[in-house]
Amino acid sequence: MANFNLKINGKNHQLDVDPATPVLWVLRDHLHLVGTKYGCGIAQCGACTIHLDGVAMRSCIIPVSAVRDQAITTIEGLSEQGDHPVQQAWLEHDVPQCGYCQAGQIMSAAALLSDNTKPSDEDIDMAMHGNICRCGTYTRIKAAIKTAAKVG
Amino acid sequence: MTTLKTSIGRRSFLKSAALTGGGMMLGFSWLSSCQSKTEEEVMAMPEAWFEINAYLKIGDNGVVTIYTPNPEFGQNVRTSMPMLVAEELDVNWDKVLVEQAPYHPENFGFQFTGGSRGIMSRWEPLRMAGASAKHLLRQAAAQAWQVPLEEVTTTTGMLHHQASDRSAGYGEMASAAAKLPIPEEVTLKEVKDFRIISTSRKNVDAKSIVQGQSLFGMDYHKKGMLIAMIVHPPAFGLTLESVDDAAAKAMPGIKEIVTIKSFPDGYEKGGFDTNAFPELVAIVGNSTWEVMQAKKELKASWKPITATTETINGFRGKETKHTPAGLESTDSHKAQIAEVASKPGKIVRQDGDPQAAFENAAKVIERSYSAPYLAHNSMEPINAFAHVEGDKATIAAPIQIPGFIIPTIAAGLGIPAENIEMEMPRMGGGFGRKAYAHYVVEAALISQKVHAPVKLIYTREDDMTNGIYRPTYQATYRAALDENNNLVALHVKAGGIPESPLFANRFPAGAVANYLAEEWSIDSNITIGAYRAPRSNFMAGAEQSFLDEVAEAAGKDPIQFRLDLLKQAKDNPVGEENDYDAERYAGVLELVREKAAWGQNQGNVHRGVSAYFCHNTYAAHVLDLTIEKGKPVVQKVCCAIDCGIVVNPDAAKNMAEGAITDGIGNAFYGELTFKDGVPEKSNFDKYRMIRMGEAPKEIDVHFVQNEIAPTGMGEPPFPPIFGAVANAIFKATGERQYDQPFLGDKQVLG
Repeated sequence: MANFNLKINGKNHQLDVDPATPVLWVLRDHLHLVGTKYGCGIAQCGACTIHLDGVAMRSCIIPVSAVRDQAITTIEGLSEQGDHPVQQAWLEHDVPQCGYCQAGQIMSAAALLSDNTKPSDEDIDMAMHGNICRCGTYTRIKAAIKTAAKVG
Repeated sequence: MTTLKTSIGRRSFLKSAALTGGGMMLGFSWLSSCQSKTEEEVMAMPEAWFEINAYLKIGDNGVVTIYTPNPEFGQNVRTSMPMLVAEELDVNWDKVLVEQAPYHPENFGFQFTGGSRGIMSRWEPLRMAGASAKHLLRQAAAQAWQVPLEEVTTTTGMLHHQASDRSAGYGEMASAAAKLPIPEEVTLKEVKDFRIISTSRKNVDAKSIVQGQSLFGMDYHKKGMLIAMIVHPPAFGLTLESVDDAAAKAMPGIKEIVTIKSFPDGYEKGGFDTNAFPELVAIVGNSTWEVMQAKKELKASWKPITATTETINGFRGKETKHTPAGLESTDSHKAQIAEVASKPGKIVRQDGDPQAAFENAAKVIERSYSAPYLAHNSMEPINAFAHVEGDKATIAAPIQIPGFIIPTIAAGLGIPAENIEMEMPRMGGGFGRKAYAHYVVEAALISQKVHAPVKLIYTREDDMTNGIYRPTYQATYRAALDENNNLVALHVKAGGIPESPLFANRFPAGAVANYLAEEWSIDSNITIGAYRAPRSNFMAGAEQSFLDEVAEAAGKDPIQFRLDLLKQAKDNPVGEENDYDAERYAGVLELVREKAAWGQNQGNVHRGVSAYFCHNTYAAHVLDLTIEKGKPVVQKVCCAIDCGIVVNPDAAKNMAEGAITDGIGNAFYGELTFKDGVPEKSNFDKYRMIRMGEAPKEIDVHFVQNEIAPTGMGEPPFPPIFGAVANAIFKATGERQYDQPFLGDKQVLG
């Protein structure tokens, strides 16, 4: 066990956990921030996507000890009012079916748009390749990303 | 106008169903998505609620809460079911809140998700709930105003008496209405008067989903709750022999390690009690990560199972189930299938004289098709919360059919079934998998043993290797053409491990004078279960690929060939029991032909067509494929569906888009193989799922417009897409596709 000071969604959190604990489980079990989802545990499905200093990362394989002073953003902190352009576009296109993967999809999409304000279809395919949607909402996700790109 | 006898009562309790701390109770106050929240109208909460019937309560300010009875797993019933109530209640949709009803069949009837039967089964009861509430509100107004009931009219949430120019909101009359007896019969609206049904309404949970609120079973938390994980045998055909838990128990955060047995001795299983591994080791600790680490340190030894023959109390009464011993492999399955499929099967249907027709045929075409096992792979892995205290149990779990597992939980715990309370949080997918809720029994047994509230979580690996798969299937089709290229005989022989996929009375049965349908099956200890459009998900692809090949051999356009057969089935049906309406079937083919502009030159785009009827709904697809550097790219799918009245059109389109994408993914990549009883894939590094760049670039969904009562939407667009993929690949490459998956781990065709 070791003490960590994490900056998550703009707030500081002190924790005493096993340094090997992935950020995913720190968020879910220790801080009850459950928007970040467990899907595979091996960075293959993207359900656990968060931002580390603005970069999309799979929180299921990042040990808490590796975070250091990087700022963590989770779906709960993507916007204060749930009105990030990507979230709004998701609502406009009524994207979710089961909804389980969508927080990870949104976090990947938001990171893409912060780097590339006018992504092509190929850019979207590449940036979203790591996020599985078992319900198959990909066509809506892509349409929503394009809408968000126009707004943002 | 339909007048119906009512069959609804008051709720016997008014317990809050808000399992996840209010997260389940959501406003419909729909912000157009461009507005920021500060501009959004926030719905005022009433000071008092009045229960009108089991399905709804009305606040003194006119806000309505509708209890949605069935569990949600992405089919959007949490929106579409309340729409049915709101329609007949005649209320402003913006004044409706939705709450998930808890499991309570006395109040809410059969609460389930499966078989694409939700909307169909609730079509009348939910409208009745709304209509009977409206009747009571009108009655209350008539009494208050001392006017005849028939003179009291309604407009969205308002009651009126025109002659005396009086009006009142529903909220003003709710208190009086709640005291009146439920009417014995009610009259439902005519289709032309619908204002909510057949209009697109946004998913009521979408806002919570995009903000990452706690909604799912996996998110459930209770103070003092421990985390549990199971260790199951590494192979089908093995069972627990002994456990050495010393190393695991010594790991940090671990509280207890227990063994559980899911069925008491002599327990007569129901049809959904499927469980390959009823004896398990459970590790219980403080946090998920700690339990995951201890799981790796657990040492257990396993022994071969013995073959069993049991009586199962299934759907169709008592059934005998044989489970062989041994460690099965995909290779041994293939050898078994080759042997059994070459012998005569069990004849299920015969029309005319197929033997003579094949002997006299000008041309005979015979083709065989196969498909592998599939894992459901819901994005939310299996999980369940249970808290057993004495003879009471509280459960919260993603579950498709709670009623089927309650008796097993009760038997396992040794408590009365009525002492089990069950909440049904939103499911992160199910696809049939969460109809087999052995994991809820496991969570309950663990909680009972460790005397604490427990959340059981399966790792992805546990989820993928635990069984309940889509079975592996094989089918051989034979067609006889006469000298004029008419289809004069059809023979289908289909089977699988451990069940046959055959539907003997589906098209083209009824359209062919000489028809023979046979089936076979092979027992196995690898467990299977319903998987989105069970059996149809294989048969449609095989049948529609075969018909395409027969049409080609007959020199006919594949759509016209099917339409000619359907005309035959309509005008001159063969046999007594044909499961489909030939006219509606033809209707979706005609619609897709028109919408896809079939027959026009598409340049380098190759088109495949396919159609199918299952779950009471008709679906037809035209799939446009290009080949880029050997890699198939789905440019577009045009889809036509006849599911009767479409309750929530945009949500129904979403379902169709998802089914199409899911089907394309499985047609190209879906496969689970076995070696000595061990599943050869256990996570998404090896189990290939369709991803963004592989999804169709465009999906164009069209619905047949009619006034027929609504039927299934979750499953029907899924099965036929397999045929559309295969037929488009043939157009592109000249190679027919007989064995799924068409790509597997490869990137390019051929």
